Amino acid sequence: MESNGGVDESTRLLKELQSLKDSKRDIEARISALEGQLRQIQSNQQLNKKASSDCSNGGSEFGHDLTPDMIYRYSRQLLLPSFGVQGQSNLLKSSILVIGAGGLGSPALLYLAACGVGEVSALFIVDFEICRLGMVDHDVVELNNLHRQIIHGEAYIGRSKVESAAAACRSINSTIEIIEHREALRTSNALEIVSKYDIVIDATDNAPSRYLISDCCVLLGKPLVSGAALGLEGQLAVYNYNGGPCYRCLFPTPPPTTACQRCSDSGVLGVVPGVIGCLQALEAIKVASLVGEPLSGRMLLFDALSARIRIVKIRGRSLQCEACGENATMTQENFQHFDYEKFTQSPLSPAPLKLKLLKEDCRISSKEYEEVVKKGDAHVLIDVRPSQHYKIVSLPNSMNVPLASLEDKLPEIESALKSIDNGNAGVYVVCRRGNDSQRAVELLHNKGFVSAKDIVGGLESWARDVDHRFPTY
Amino acid sequence: MQLTLEFGGGLELLCDSVKIHSIDVDLPAEEKKLTMKHLLAWVRSNLIKERPEMFMKGDTVRPGVLVLVNDCDWELSGQLDTTLENKDVVVFISTLHGG
Ligand SMILES: [Zn+2]
Repeated sequence: MESNGGVDESTRLLKELQSLKDSKRDIEARISALEGQLRQIQSNQQLNKKASSDCSNGGSEFGHDLTPDMIYRYSRQLLLPSFGVQGQSNLLKSSILVIGAGGLGSPALLYLAACGVGEVSALFIVDFEICRLGMVDHDVVELNNLHRQIIHGEAYIGRSKVESAAAACRSINSTIEIIEHREALRTSNALEIVSKYDIVIDATDNAPSRYLISDCCVLLGKPLVSGAALGLEGQLAVYNYNGGPCYRCLFPTPPPTTACQRCSDSGVLGVVPGVIGCLQALEAIKVASLVGEPLSGRMLLFDALSARIRIVKIRGRSLQCEACGENATMTQENFQHFDYEKFTQSPLSPAPLKLKLLKEDCRISSKEYEEVVKKGDAHVLIDVRPSQHYKIVSLPNSMNVPLASLEDKLPEIESALKSIDNGNAGVYVVCRRGNDSQRAVELLHNKGFVSAKDIVGGLESWARDVDHRFPTY
Repeated sequence: MQLTLEFGGGLELLCDSVKIHSIDVDLPAEEKKLTMKHLLAWVRSNLIKERPEMFMKGDTVRPGVLVLVNDCDWELSGQLDTTLENKDVVVFISTLHGG
């Protein structure tokens, strides 16, 4: 009785805490929005006052248009001989569009908000991951994002990434204008959105977006700061700047889809996109403030494991380029009808692929497999995920035979089956989501294991439908 | 001829996950110079252990692979016709899309 009372009490406290935290967050968001509005009004008044006094005495008070608040906030940048008042003034007049509020966009947005991009005009965010084509749960902050998407905190799990990123930027700098675009960038809205900005940062995570954004920047003459990261490597370049090449000049033909790995499958060390995202902010600041030598016509290659950064010279603008060449076929009209998903053979939306290769009678659900286990039916369970996945979590009594080595390991499966005295032992195949398991069953059928079946939806369905405590990743 | 080859962006997975290879390539018979075309054929038969289609397409690299000879895009030195010298460093890197 007493212990039950303790459970009830802690549930009640947790609920109350959650609701108080929610209210606190909402109030803080409202405070920072109001503070921002107030500062904006004050700053406009100051500018107006200054403008009228400029008219009367024919020059500004300090020879520049920074307000006292701006001077204090950005003083460490103003002190820099190579940046100074002129660099800061240029930065304050600029607007930057960050496409993607994930691993690359997180640090980029934080630094851009902090350094005063668009104090008078705007800092903009588009979250590319919000894709109407995709599943709705891809547009929100998830726990497994937080190790690298450092702009988001635990309090925003389950809420929109753009909303979360905007709140974080406002809490750092309430004097800049932050515009939230809670929609996917598509060929139908890209020209309109991108045209409002001076510089674009590509912080997306897939091939079709990279072509779409590059083409759009070429059509509108916007410099593009492009970054990418995966595993322990990163890449960075500035495209379509000062006569330099565009993304298509470098990669006229898209890579095969098998060469386009995603962080959700291949993994990524959180700080790696962090490093590249910071460098993207830096390049955007250089372009906006007109200081230094932006990374145009060059590419930075970062290898975290060996601590190597290589900067290489890349080709110039290609005369044959479909987007920026002499006989370019890409016009605003063509762009709006261009099918980037078809061109790259991969989806804009991060929704995972759901293959259907097998007939129904070659498959069982995770619940049916649970029955097999409960009844003690003799069987072999083959887990075809890569070994590093298997090491994270696996079902008991399964044998790990990664899909890539399945064909070589058939004798091992054969002997595992023989070791079970019942000659009619079943063969079940499982993977993470239920795609590779189907490919494996197809192969097994062809090699004579005709009874092999796959578990529909893989370990994710096991965790969802059978064992809620089974870890997902 | 001694060369250093580097694979990155995932291409190292095709050669036993080794990124840097110090190699010694003989000049092809009856040739006076080693070109990238020769080197690619050599790499394909000597270093690539699996899925060669992830590295090459026809007699050149597949789309999405950048080739750098001494830190310079091979487009600037003649692609397949680029002549290699002793001690050159050739980098093969697959473009990344993640973020
Ligand atoms: Zn181009």
